[in-house]
Amino acid sequence: METLIRKGAEADIYKVRWNGRIAVKKIRMPKAYRLPRLDEELRKRRTIHEATLISAAKLAGVDSPLLYFLDLSEKSIYMELFDGPRIKDIINDADLSSTKIFEVIGRSIGLLHQENIIHGDLTTSNFILIGDGRVGLIDFGLSFRSNRLEDKAVDLHLVMQTLESAHTSVAERMFTDLIDGYRRICGADMMRPIQSIMRQVERRGRYARSV
Amino acid sequence: MYQPPAGSGIHPREAYQHHSEVCSGVLVESLRKAKIDMGSVDIIAYAGGPGLGPCLRVGAVVARSLAAYYHKPIIAANHAIGHIELACMLTRATNPIVLLVSGGHTAILAFSSGRWRFFGETLDITIGQLLDQFGRAAGYASPSGSTIERYARHSKNYLPLPYTLKGNDPSFSGILTSSKRLLSEGKSMDAICFSIQETAFSNLCEVTERALAFTEIDEVLLTGGVAANNRLQEMLTEMCRSRGSSFKVIPKQFSGDCGAQIAWVGLLSYLHGMRLDIRESIIRQSWRLDQVDIPWRH
Repeated sequence: METLIRKGAEADIYKVRWNGRIAVKKIRMPKAYRLPRLDEELRKRRTIHEATLISAAKLAGVDSPLLYFLDLSEKSIYMELFDGPRIKDIINDADLSSTKIFEVIGRSIGLLHQENIIHGDLTTSNFILIGDGRVGLIDFGLSFRSNRLEDKAVDLHLVMQTLESAHTSVAERMFTDLIDGYRRICGADMMRPIQSIMRQVERRGRYARSV
Repeated sequence: MYQPPAGSGIHPREAYQHHSEVCSGVLVESLRKAKIDMGSVDIIAYAGGPGLGPCLRVGAVVARSLAAYYHKPIIAANHAIGHIELACMLTRATNPIVLLVSGGHTAILAFSSGRWRFFGETLDITIGQLLDQFGRAAGYASPSGSTIERYARHSKNYLPLPYTLKGNDPSFSGILTSSKRLLSEGKSMDAICFSIQETAFSNLCEVTERALAFTEIDEVLLTGGVAANNRLQEMLTEMCRSRGSSFKVIPKQFSGDCGAQIAWVGLLSYLHGMRLDIRESIIRQSWRLDQVDIPWRH
């Protein structure tokens, strides 16, 4: 049994049965536009990274999927299925805006950053509502380890960028909640320098400086 | 066109002097080609930014003089919006993911809530800067995109270069540093140029595909000076084919900075009720494209 759930930008996501349980199979398909050598290297590196960091995130206390199996020959990962809507699809729903779902997300990111895990792809399609006000974090393909404040600031900057470009009307409120949750985990002493670097990162955007 | 000497970049003062010397000739020549006189011109549009202050100022001074002398309305056009909107008009793209690649920009854009928004953007240098600065280091004249494309065609030898992507944001400064080092190590120019293109353009394809998947839009529009690159077009064509999306690219003669971009945005703005007092017809070196209201799109 293999059902295609989603065709993402870099991987196909299937719902499969793996050793008797329902699982997600994420397979990174070759990209024909890319040089085969570069393509193979990128798919392999990201599959390994994802498997490693998905488990590290779980140890950090974040709701990331439980890893079942890794198949490097076909660049696929088998993992726990999060059966719920993506935050991207429900962000404008009334019952969501009354709850502080982005505070929960902020806490999760805080937990990752405390363990020096940078997610690298914090868009609203990678946050899954899994019930009881819990939010699962998925897609660790661009994740890496770093203790640099700069990397943490860029990670948060990406959330802001996604909110502003795709969910413009609720962006500011959601991001404020997220920063609140993050601060609760990391503390104000960590938050201040990160926010100051975030402002620098924003100014790096083309023609964003006031000259 | 202003052409900096081989091995060096645009000098703001030299570019400004060039602009002031040629502006009246360009105006006369344009009117002659269009077979009209100033009487049939309805609106004066000028590039209000972003860009180099001294150069923008020449255009603004000419525009103000013409508007005042001929009693025509004046409009400031954002040059990046010009790249996007002229491409939309010429290719009949309706609601695309825009990949804007030039010396000043490298951005993945989508229209939302009245403005073009940044879905992703280079975190350091632009793709045009990567190509030009590498070309300059190798002793070639800027812009160097076509030179690099020519060299790249002669090689299939891939030298690994840093492939950096943070979420939806590409990064190119690592490629520049590494390719300059390969140059100083005496590696073949063909192989380095080939590797720069393969690495940087793969990166651009990937962020564009991410935008398509995220927004569920199925149209890509390539614009800006680097849009003229055949390898980039080929890769994006393949990426779009594999997703069943349509791919559009601005015609080569309009891909670089040109007056048609400014004229078209000026016209759209005027037709949608925008007016500018000549006393406020200033230039803005930093005028980010997501600060511009786009009343003609919904």
